[in-house]
Amino acid sequence: MSLFSLSAKCTCRAVSMKSHRPSFNLLTNDGYSVTKVENLHRRNRCLQSHITRVTRLLSSEPHHSKVPKVATWELIPEDQLPPPAHLPADLVDQLERLALVDFPTKQGLACLEKAIRFADQLHVVDTSGVEPMDSVLEDRALQLRHDAVIEGGCAEELLQLSKNTVEEYFVAPPGNIPLPRREERATMMKHSEL
Amino acid sequence: MNKQISLLYPKASCVIRRISTPRARCDSELQPRAKSDPQQLVGVVGLEVHAQINSNTKLFSGSSVRFSAPPNSLVSPFDASLPGTLPVLNKRCVEAAVMTALALNCTINKKSLFDRKHYFYADLPAGYQITQQRRPIAVDGTLTYSILGGKKRSQVIRRTSTIKQIQLEQDSGKSLHDDLRSQTLIDLNRAGVGLMELVMEPDMSCGEEAAAAVRELQLILQALGTCQANMSEGQLRVDANVSVHKPGEPLGVRTEVKNINSVRFLSRAIDYEIQRHIQVLQRGGTVQNETRAFDSKSGETIPMRDKEGLQDYRFMPEPNLPPLIVYEDNASLPTGIDACQAVVVQEIRAGLPELPSIKRDRLVQTYGILPEHSFTLVNEDGLVEYFEAVLKATTKEPRKVIGWVTNELVGHLKQRDMSVSQSPISPSALAELLERQESGHISSSVAKQVFQEMWRSPGKTASQIIQEQDLGLVSDATQLHSICQKVVDSHPVEVHAIRNGNKKVLNKLMGLVQKETKGRADPVLVRAILQEKTS
Repeated sequence: MSLFSLSAKCTCRAVSMKSHRPSFNLLTNDGYSVTKVENLHRRNRCLQSHITRVTRLLSSEPHHSKVPKVATWELIPEDQLPPPAHLPADLVDQLERLALVDFPTKQGLACLEKAIRFADQLHVVDTSGVEPMDSVLEDRALQLRHDAVIEGGCAEELLQLSKNTVEEYFVAPPGNIPLPRREERATMMKHSEL
Repeated sequence: MNKQISLLYPKASCVIRRISTPRARCDSELQPRAKSDPQQLVGVVGLEVHAQINSNTKLFSGSSVRFSAPPNSLVSPFDASLPGTLPVLNKRCVEAAVMTALALNCTINKKSLFDRKHYFYADLPAGYQITQQRRPIAVDGTLTYSILGGKKRSQVIRRTSTIKQIQLEQDSGKSLHDDLRSQTLIDLNRAGVGLMELVMEPDMSCGEEAAAAVRELQLILQALGTCQANMSEGQLRVDANVSVHKPGEPLGVRTEVKNINSVRFLSRAIDYEIQRHIQVLQRGGTVQNETRAFDSKSGETIPMRDKEGLQDYRFMPEPNLPPLIVYEDNASLPTGIDACQAVVVQEIRAGLPELPSIKRDRLVQTYGILPEHSFTLVNEDGLVEYFEAVLKATTKEPRKVIGWVTNELVGHLKQRDMSVSQSPISPSALAELLERQESGHISSSVAKQVFQEMWRSPGKTASQIIQEQDLGLVSDATQLHSICQKVVDSHPVEVHAIRNGNKKVLNKLMGLVQKETKGRADPVLVRAILQEKTS
């Protein structure tokens, strides 16, 4: 079982494929299943630990897996989802400016649209009358600290972290250099490629 | 300022004259004039005040809060937003916010939440600021302030401004712009210091009201001890949101004015901005929604380079902090809670000191002085103590002493930009001077002269100066008689007028007598003698 759970951690794509695999494969230590495992896990030491775990499990009672034998998730039909969000170029530009991320290629944009579509599935859930939760800490007590000085005075250590300092100040470029506009950036990218 | 405007916009100058200045518009007496002119655009001002909390350590870290210290010496790993650090809330900051909220009649939210406000700037190392946008610690308060209005600007008019919310948030670091080498130097000593942001509703209409409101807020915060409220040291930062509209119509486009370093500049900046909006609209243009900086040298606002259009802060709940709970009273505390972990509103309410408005009323009640006098007393730092010290040393009535303190003393101090503690005349010296006047040794005009002399030569007592300059009242009857006789003899026309019934001319003769005696004649006696001689 640990074999499957480890595979789930390493490559998410493997989950849907592996979940319905019959468990007896694990018990037979034939070369076939081991090689398959090798293909999935790029690191050899995973393999080593699997073999030891497989031998350990052999000695225990029949294991009841919590992983369902058949996939339980299903594709939500398109008509249940809200209309797909169209991202105008200006909006993309604004997002890039706000978050300082780059969507230079069409692929990047397509990936973003797919991600938004994936998140649209949340709209299917009925949340009427449910108080939104924004933190898993919501029922924990917030620790209050007594107003006494306990840290600070480590200017040297902090300044060492920056390669550019002037007389105990950190150095930054002047003001806020606004991200160049889309057209300008395209020309800049072309120049840098040349 | 109006002259400047007429130079820049000669065509508009005649239009400006028709619109009364914002200061006059605030005066309650001029309301009828506003209604008659339908083109009247009024200013709408809303303030955003950031008050630095007076605490030993910062809001979320245990590093020290001090005004001047070697750069980056008061910075903890959390303030530098190094990975692996987490925020821990300072209890003193919560108590300060609750205290301020109670003093401003706010409703305390028993459960408040923290959020992240994202924007990029070099002095904000984390790339976000922890603030309270959704549910702040307090909402719906009122700030009551007074402006001096009426004919002689001596009438105290009370105004109330609504406070939308009070929230706790982090301060950013300081950036020093080095234009020569095209770089910015960052000092993170201030990064993470606790701030109380007071968001006020746009219910003010001019710079004078805003200045009075901020002054009152300063006094309240200083009385509570939650903030030292010194604008020049950056402990109190005020941003003004200004727009204009015709009364009854929806609000116009607003601009934000930043970089205001004193209460006086606040008033000027707001008035300038209101005028600028009015001019833009008069010319048929539209006001841009932008952020402008106030330049104190020119008295104008200039657009700030760094702001690009409308900022989207992408608010998100702070995942590292659970909700902040404050308790109403000890009875509502959950069992097993540590006393030092709980903030109890009842206890804080019980510990509130005397607020300025209460103090003013108390002074009026105790000493029988006028409200505008107590206004001045509380407004100046240390003046109440000075006044009370003078009262202790003199037999004069408070109502007679107050004029000396609020007019003479304050006038001289303001002229030389001095504080009460720097006054060269001590309360006991002033008391002595007033005693001499009360006992009839000197006249009131001479007393003012002596006051000025005492100011110039600190250390000399009133009696010394009176003796040296022979300023004592001349009450010697024979001397006065001879002087009066001289005046009467040399002004037959005036005497004739008095005998015919024009009594006011007597004052002229009195003036001449006073001139002869260099103002040292006892006015009561002189009047009596002159009346006798001219009857």
